[in-house]
Amino acid sequence: MILSFLISPGNAFAENAVLIQSTTSTKNSGFFQYILPLIKTETGLTANVVAVGTGAAIKNAEKCNGDLLIVHAQNRERAFVQAGFGSNRKNLMYNDFIIVGPKEDPSQIKSSQTIENALKRIATDKHKFASRGDDSGTNIKELELWELTGIKPHDFSGDWYLELGSGMGTTLNAGVELNAYVFTDRATWLSFKNKQNFQVLFEGDTHLFNQYGIISVNPSHCPRTKYNEANKIITWLTSARGQEAIKNFKLDDQQLFFPNVISE
Amino acid sequence: MIISFDQDLFEILLLSMKINFISLMIACILGLPFGSALAVLRFPVRKTIIAISNALMSLPPVVVGLIVYLYLSRSGPLGWLELLYTPTAMIVAQVILITPIIISLTCQIIEDLQEDYREYFSSLVMPPQKAIKAYLYDARYSLVTVVLAGFGRAISEVGAVIIVGGNIDHLTRVMTTSISLETSKGNLALALALGIILLTISLSVNFLAAFFKNSAKRKAYV
Repeated sequence: MILSFLISPGNAFAENAVLIQSTTSTKNSGFFQYILPLIKTETGLTANVVAVGTGAAIKNAEKCNGDLLIVHAQNRERAFVQAGFGSNRKNLMYNDFIIVGPKEDPSQIKSSQTIENALKRIATDKHKFASRGDDSGTNIKELELWELTGIKPHDFSGDWYLELGSGMGTTLNAGVELNAYVFTDRATWLSFKNKQNFQVLFEGDTHLFNQYGIISVNPSHCPRTKYNEANKIITWLTSARGQEAIKNFKLDDQQLFFPNVISE
Repeated sequence: MIISFDQDLFEILLLSMKINFISLMIACILGLPFGSALAVLRFPVRKTIIAISNALMSLPPVVVGLIVYLYLSRSGPLGWLELLYTPTAMIVAQVILITPIIISLTCQIIEDLQEDYREYFSSLVMPPQKAIKAYLYDARYSLVTVVLAGFGRAISEVGAVIIVGGNIDHLTRVMTTSISLETSKGNLALALALGIILLTISLSVNFLAAFFKNSAKRKAYV
């Protein structure tokens, strides 16, 4: 038994296993638990996932630690491909970002028309706002939105703007504890189990669009990368069957990700 | 960041040291007398308490973190204190982790010392309170090592303090949680540099302690 225990983790990293570098928000939603077995039956390929922030996932892939990237920060993704680290970038799926908070909505962001306005109300009110602060795709997006408002939240770091330096789930936990507003992707929110009195308070602005891209690591930069296997997975995920599978991933009857190819 | 030794780094370092030393002090105030009493006094469940305290030395930090988190959480029994995500919560977790180490090691050292002293003390008919004080004083050089063991646990701790502290920038971010964060961001060079600073501090404290211990011992024998 001990022997089988020692051997089995080795099997998970068998020769043909593809290493996917992806994000905590994708993993926390349960998406990979759902899609990896499907990839296995459809393509015969075993894939393993390392879930970190988008920034770290891209850096890991630059260091050739990974064969495939599934992340959400389009500018960084394009830069990654342009620098020669990646090739074959495709839009995979999307969902949206939302702001959640205590249902009393202390800064009254629910009635704001735009995301700039919602953030401005929180800042004016100096109400607590829990940020990932970890250079993840969600964090990058959140900071881009603050830039639209002209407010520099870092000037208030540790005051009302709290940078957790943690994954999405941990940041949501902290937000619930501290009664703070949290900027999150919808998939993580839907699968989050500790909502207590928290609700979605702002959604629907076009700025909140959350695009996921899929990129294979460039073999001319990383000669040992499993380029063919990675591309096989990209081909399947962006095929009609793969996109259908993404569409069918549901939690509590809610669709978490919207496939790009089908919807376009 | 390292070379310029900027304000953020200084703040993180200072908070780390503050939390480590306060929790170490509390753990010593609780652990040294309790550990030596455990060695000197004779009472029914003594052996059981020693066994439990030995077992608690290997408490997994994440479990301690989780339990403290649940107690201090707004929905937990001590939620009204509003201590979660504060340095105080981190100190509480640290004290729970360090105290058993201080108790067990102190008890062990004093027990060994007792073997040598027992006849002498019993011939003096010394009351236990006085005996405990005498033992603690005579074992003071060995107890430095006990305190250092506690310090080692405190300074290397990340699992518990990240759960109860939350790693909030400018509030509860310490050296170990910064290293963990920079690693997760992929800033490996910065993470390593922070690790080197932490190592340097740990080594200096240990060398200083060894130096004082030796020079004090030499004086004592002159």
